Amino acid sequence: MNASSHSVDDTDTAAKSSFLLKRRAHNLMIFELHNPNIVQLALRLKDHMSQAPNLFKNTPTVLDLAPLEDGFKVIDFPALTSLLDNHGLTIVGISGGTDAQRIAAARARLALFSSAGHAPPTEPQANPAQAEAPAATPEVSPNEKPIEVAPACASNIADDTASNIVLRQTVRAGQQVYARGGDLIVEASVNEGSEVIADGDIHIYGTLRGRALAGARGRKDARIWCHNLDAELVSINGIYRTRDSIEPDLIGKAAVIEIQQEKLIIRPLG
Amino acid sequence: MSKILVVTSGKGGVGKTTTSASIATGLALRGHKVAVIDFDVGLRNLDLIMGVERRVVYDFVNVVQGEANLTQALIKDKRIENLFVLAASQTKDKDALTEEGVKKVLDGLKSDGFDYIVCDSPAGIEKGAQLAMYFADEAIVVSNPEVSSVRDADRMLGLLASKSHRAVNNMPSIKQHLLVTRYSPARAEIGEMMSIEDMMEILAVPLLGVIPESPAVLNASNSGQPVILDQESDAGQAYADAIARLLGEERPLRFLTVNKKGFFSRLFGN
Repeated sequence: MNASSHSVDDTDTAAKSSFLLKRRAHNLMIFELHNPNIVQLALRLKDHMSQAPNLFKNTPTVLDLAPLEDGFKVIDFPALTSLLDNHGLTIVGISGGTDAQRIAAARARLALFSSAGHAPPTEPQANPAQAEAPAATPEVSPNEKPIEVAPACASNIADDTASNIVLRQTVRAGQQVYARGGDLIVEASVNEGSEVIADGDIHIYGTLRGRALAGARGRKDARIWCHNLDAELVSINGIYRTRDSIEPDLIGKAAVIEIQQEKLIIRPLG
Repeated sequence: MSKILVVTSGKGGVGKTTTSASIATGLALRGHKVAVIDFDVGLRNLDLIMGVERRVVYDFVNVVQGEANLTQALIKDKRIENLFVLAASQTKDKDALTEEGVKKVLDGLKSDGFDYIVCDSPAGIEKGAQLAMYFADEAIVVSNPEVSSVRDADRMLGLLASKSHRAVNNMPSIKQHLLVTRYSPARAEIGEMMSIEDMMEILAVPLLGVIPESPAVLNASNSGQPVILDQESDAGQAYADAIARLLGEERPLRFLTVNKKGFFSRLFGN
């Protein structure tokens, strides 16, 4: 029943003076591991990295074990992390993997990310419950996320069609809907004070009055279509425009928002 | 079969208590047995508007905590048969209300044969407001024709759709109504207020009624008479129309346009 219960709010003043707990979304490198054989990996890495030796330096990286989930491969995490560290990739944690692999990773003091990754980097108020949702569980609605939510399944990330969300009802103030790994289609309006996010495209057949963020985990070709543009903010792949920087003559029009030459372009439809 | 109605808004000062009093009184005038409960623990108001403030012995929290039974705490209206008020506590902490406690009181009223239980919600979206709406079958969302009020109403509609007993248990959703209060046709006409059309477009719920801004409302509050009893006034008539619509009757909207003075009456200042 409690709408917002961040433990941080309850921290007493004594604790506040010596530290402060905050949540912040960071961009992380993903290292997708296909073969855990250290010797082979060392050779491939040496080969690969020799093309750009100083490309990475202390780069925080998440080890994605999704490709190794069907086998029973044992991973030597200490050896693996030190190997990757030599190439400038600092492993901060793992995502995916079998239970045994995750236990081994935890023993090696690596953080366990949910297999679908983490909250989108462009999304300022990442819902903590959403970011920590366990792998195979469809997200429940801890706050005002009423509606269908993307299944958080690692294999869906590559397949954009697998986790599209279709919403029939109005997205209301305070609500946030995230189409993880897919497109978001809203048949009604997205109201002021609400936020719709998709890793793919966003289609809004009503009026977009709130915030819409497409390509949230890095897709420059993502687009937002809306029947009636009246947005607080639009963003694609982290490039955003607030209401103040949207051309006034486009307000109230059907529009498509896309990236052209690293710029966020809004053009009228039809 | 009892129906639980919540009168809510998110924003304060929009006319929830005025509306609760008039809706409860109006339903009782139509022959239904009605209880109206003040959920605003700590800030007792409803008893004043209902004109029963001098007869409060036990309150809602007393019943929740088992210090009094419903028969002792329900204050019978002196004007209308079958109308009862359950006052809020002014001395108790608002944490005195619990989900189980509220359920106990509502179940008690149901078994006492009340047709309608009207819950007057406190402002905000915190615990008190959530408890007021949690068990509702129908919701009357009150909004003034201005942007912040509309946005808060939108937020409340989102909460009704996701955090109520019906939503949590996958039951048929709460029937939602919009009631616009303090509407001034003259100010809407010159663009100082949002139009009813714009409000309905954003909130996308059926309109239960439009209560015009009226000195009768203040007079009624001051004299402890729900404004619906003042059938001479425009606001009283507008509430009577809303009751009719709530009971499924068709009524055209009134008091939406400025009473245009004719050319001659303007000329002669009459």
